[in-house]
Amino acid sequence: MIIVDSLTKKYGGFTAVDHVTFRAEPGRVTGFLGPNGAGKSTTMRILVGLTPATSGTATVLGRRYADLPNPGREIGVLLDASAQHAGRTGREILTLAQRTMRVSRSRVDEMLDLVSLSDEESGRRVRDYSLGMRQRLGIATALIGDPDVLVLDEPANGLDPAGIRWMRDLLRGFANRGGTVLLSSHLLHEIEVIADDLVVIGNGHIVAAGTKSDLLAAAGTFAGAADLTALASALTRAGHTAEPSLGGLRTDADAVQVGRVALAAGVPLTELRPADGAGLEEMFLELTQDNAREEVAA
Amino acid sequence: MTTATIEATTEPEARHRTEHAPIPFRTVVGVELRKAFDTRSGFWLLAAIAAAGVIATGAVLAFAHDSDLTYDNFAGAIGVPMTILLPVVAILAVTGEWSQRAGLTTFTLVPHRGRVIRAKYVVTLTIGIASMALALAVGAVGNIVATGIKGIDTTWDLSPTSILYIVGADLIGMTIGFMLGVLTRNSAGAIVGYFSYWFVIPTLSMVLAANQSWFEKAQPWVDFNFDQGKLYDGGFTATDWSQLAVTGTFWLVLPLAFGLWRVLRAEVK
Repeated sequence: MIIVDSLTKKYGGFTAVDHVTFRAEPGRVTGFLGPNGAGKSTTMRILVGLTPATSGTATVLGRRYADLPNPGREIGVLLDASAQHAGRTGREILTLAQRTMRVSRSRVDEMLDLVSLSDEESGRRVRDYSLGMRQRLGIATALIGDPDVLVLDEPANGLDPAGIRWMRDLLRGFANRGGTVLLSSHLLHEIEVIADDLVVIGNGHIVAAGTKSDLLAAAGTFAGAADLTALASALTRAGHTAEPSLGGLRTDADAVQVGRVALAAGVPLTELRPADGAGLEEMFLELTQDNAREEVAA
Repeated sequence: MTTATIEATTEPEARHRTEHAPIPFRTVVGVELRKAFDTRSGFWLLAAIAAAGVIATGAVLAFAHDSDLTYDNFAGAIGVPMTILLPVVAILAVTGEWSQRAGLTTFTLVPHRGRVIRAKYVVTLTIGIASMALALAVGAVGNIVATGIKGIDTTWDLSPTSILYIVGADLIGMTIGFMLGVLTRNSAGAIVGYFSYWFVIPTLSMVLAANQSWFEKAQPWVDFNFDQGKLYDGGFTATDWSQLAVTGTFWLVLPLAFGLWRVLRAEVK
């Protein structure tokens, strides 16, 4: 369990993280979603004590991170797979973690097996690793202490589709055994397939949080029609919302209501289905565009 | 758009696991010691120090006059390359965490940075003392072998007190490297800083002292390197000690304190 309560981080006049509150529950994979520069990494670094917070608290398993007697045994952390001494071998990096956490030496080989790094690969220096291999090594380091909680920042970066599938199965299994997983991503589709819960952050603020199914259901119904203008005005007259969406429109009415309204108005429907995250996607796109605009303006 | 946040509470964790014992300091020291040797740069640096010692012994054997085949000269010849290179070991021990960004893992596994930094200093001093012991041992062997070959009396002209002064001077040298590492958190910057500290400033100071009589008098009170150099000659008076304390405070203790203060607070990125 991770509890983040009103966490704030200011750099001079700039607020990178603004009263961020959420929790990641055991047995679930929580996706931390936001465009680049939204405050995901800063929040995660504060959580593990690498960056001091301006105000607010973050706890892991009921304690501040710094109060955990042997953090690696309780929380596995991967913030940046490239942040390793390039002159060490993969095996050596795992051995250092194994020794620091005081777990059995056999864990090193177990973890190399788990992330499919061969003997030859683990004997190579990390400077010769691909990003995908570094991610695998980072996940091995996070898991070597057999922790209850995993915190992973953009772990799918650099993984091929098979690697992403492998990671999804790994995290699913970890959560099913009662573990807590918090992973961040700037790609909605990537996180959609892994996460049970979503926390969406933009410009340092939490803009949406809840179970994935709730957030997707909240998106309403997608309807297509030859005459979208007529359908939109009919829906609006009936007291529903109607917003243009790609190739149709999105409304808060459910499918039955849309069907009735369309029949009464004599507008033939070409498509009718749950919007399935279209709302989330639009919201996310909006966030990303806001950020892109700010970057251009700056 | 509504902002849906979840109410945070501080209820205790339902699932209970074994309470883990805190990581003992000796474990942190052991890991840091390993890290001093497990990279190419670390390994070759220490190998170079050992090689320089052997070459120095050979050079004294080959080129010195019979009267110069004394313990002082053997130990000195081995000690000089060590004195110059050992502080680089101290620098890399600290800066690797930042220049190579390994600190992201190190300070996550041991969230109390002070413990990691203390462990690094213990490792620095341990390597320093072990290297000096090695230099003295190799020097002793060289001395016995050389005088044996040439059939002259073996001279043991290095008193335990002198040895203490020399070891002290070398440990100060390593602490300087450690300080520069903590202060710059950057390998290249710290090494450049170190060689300026070691060669540029002392040279300027020497030139100034030779040309300006007022500076010649002031030099022992401002030139840390000058005071350290005197340690190799031993026999310190109260004035010598106070001069070393004054220059050491200014050139070493204050910058070290400032560097540590920043290291404990800085973001690790």
